[in-house]
Amino acid sequence: MATIAQAIRLALHYAERELGVKNIFGQDVGPPLGGAFTMTQGLDSAWNTPLDERGIVGTAAGLAMMGQTSVCEIQFGDYIFNSIDLLRLIGTTCWSTRGQFPMPMVLMTPVGAGNRGGIYHSHSIESILSHLPGWKIVIPSSSRDAYGLMISSILDGNPVAYLIPKALSFCPGELLDGEPDDLKKRINAPLDGRSNWTPDWPACDPFSIPLGKLRIRTAGDTLTLASYGRMIQVIEMALQKIPQDRIRDRVELLDLRTLVPLDLEGIVTSVRKTGRLLIVNEDSEQTNFGEHLLRKVREKAPPHVATLLAARHLPGIGLSQQLEDYTVPTVEQVQRQIEKMLPS
Amino acid sequence: MPTMNPTDLRQRIVRNMVESRCLDEQLILLQRHGLSPFWTGGPGEEAFNSSLGALLRVGRGPEFDFLLPHYRSSAIALMAGEKSIDFIRQMLGRQSDPYSYGRNFANHFCNAERNLGPVSSPVNSQFVFGLGTARAQLNSSGITVVVAGDASTHQGDFASLLLWSTRPHNPLPILIVITNNRIGISTPYETQHARPHIVDRAQAFGIETAMVDGLSVDECTNALKHAFDYVRTERRPYFLEASVTRLFGHSSASGAKRDPSAEDPLDRESYPSHWRMEIQERLQQEVEQVKLEPPADGISAESYVWGSSRQWPQSLKQYD
Repeated sequence: MATIAQAIRLALHYAERELGVKNIFGQDVGPPLGGAFTMTQGLDSAWNTPLDERGIVGTAAGLAMMGQTSVCEIQFGDYIFNSIDLLRLIGTTCWSTRGQFPMPMVLMTPVGAGNRGGIYHSHSIESILSHLPGWKIVIPSSSRDAYGLMISSILDGNPVAYLIPKALSFCPGELLDGEPDDLKKRINAPLDGRSNWTPDWPACDPFSIPLGKLRIRTAGDTLTLASYGRMIQVIEMALQKIPQDRIRDRVELLDLRTLVPLDLEGIVTSVRKTGRLLIVNEDSEQTNFGEHLLRKVREKAPPHVATLLAARHLPGIGLSQQLEDYTVPTVEQVQRQIEKMLPS
Repeated sequence: MPTMNPTDLRQRIVRNMVESRCLDEQLILLQRHGLSPFWTGGPGEEAFNSSLGALLRVGRGPEFDFLLPHYRSSAIALMAGEKSIDFIRQMLGRQSDPYSYGRNFANHFCNAERNLGPVSSPVNSQFVFGLGTARAQLNSSGITVVVAGDASTHQGDFASLLLWSTRPHNPLPILIVITNNRIGISTPYETQHARPHIVDRAQAFGIETAMVDGLSVDECTNALKHAFDYVRTERRPYFLEASVTRLFGHSSASGAKRDPSAEDPLDRESYPSHWRMEIQERLQQEVEQVKLEPPADGISAESYVWGSSRQWPQSLKQYD
């Protein structure tokens, strides 16, 4: 079963072969490394850039002005902040040019905590990005979604921030259509012999998953859990710790998958049924995207109970396991919150 | 561009200089009359910009030249085929404004059909956007032309442009133009730059450079012709620094008053006296016409937030 890293690689390979993507680039994105998280190993269109986020973002924007969709990578979401005005400008360009310059591009970047990345390899950036009009925001939590959403992002015709929950990058995931048993052997570069390695791309069946449509992970009628990215895995682990007769058919887990556009109707439909809403993410709690979500849901279907579980608003996520656990929601915290909100 | 004998071309450049000047004077008046909140533009840069516009290979796509201008570049756009009335439409925030639908400041033009990229108020972004447009032109005959003022080179994106455009084995076909008026809003050049000329910084990256008197049509035309030919042929960057003046200050924020110490490039030219009058009369008529056109409103504000999706391959399975 493909990992998220492999799924993205396969999607990008399809994109360079069939969707006209000629440029996949960023720091260490080309050979020999193929990306800090190996997302771009073996791709013909992958090339290395200077260590310069503004140059990376600007190049993607310029290609977009010429009508070429590219995929660029910022090595960690934590390093995107020096480009924030370019992102603002890119998101505004279609609107401010009367539609003359839509900006088709995909900016992918690993985000979130979960692997002790410390202060500058653990940020979540979706709340900040959601303040930039004109950007779509995608954050898959499984390999199938990672593949299908990448294809849709490339075909979308707009700037798309494709956020990768880095801690899930190498977790065994779901089977892709047409995936061979020996996928790893065929498309993972060996650690000790990358210079002469070439991938043996399998003929997977390409597919897309639409932006703006949530995925119901488990269905239930008593409590809606709305989340995305790494927290989906954390919630699933928390649910395994709760007696199954307490949650079976009662907990509805929604994986939002894209934050912009948001599948608000899908969330509202669930909340109308359950009357209870718990939003979980690992971005810091102050001015959190989940707060926006709470307001939007309340306007349409006021739940009996609704809350947000997010990271503490601290200057950063500290290096030690204890500091990370203290700062971002843990399995135990999520478990406690679910049990608290589930009527007995 | 159509073949034109040198005399005709020179006359066309000078006529464009007068058109551009009259347009900016008209826009300044509109701001002073309270019909628009802000003006900024390029009086003093017309000789250089008109000469540059005359050399652009105008059209859409990588085979044509792609211009990434700044907000003092409107004479380039006029020379490339844009019409003054559309600048008036933008100045007055009309729905008929083809550049921004009444959303952007004066002289923030763009035209995708002519590869005229958008003017951005945050200066220097064109330096890094040019890296992408030039990359898209690697296998074509078009080049990218990036234009900015001297103060824009304070920003890190200027260093990005110099570094990225000269990567070993991967040079980019970019004509880098700095119009140096020796002042950034109110801050004199000498107080911020250690080197007397900006070309010095480009030379450190091995880029071919030149400096030109930006008030002289003949010198600008010659220098630009060499620069265009170099980039088009060598597919490498070329750096041209043009000394220009800023006749009406930074913008209406500083009063847009004529700076008596700044030399006017039009003073070096002799042209028929009726040109100005003809252009001014036409612009006045166009202003009256545009005033009758509907302003951009809340409904129009909701449009063009998103672009259209690309063609979806039929063979692609689509899951929910």
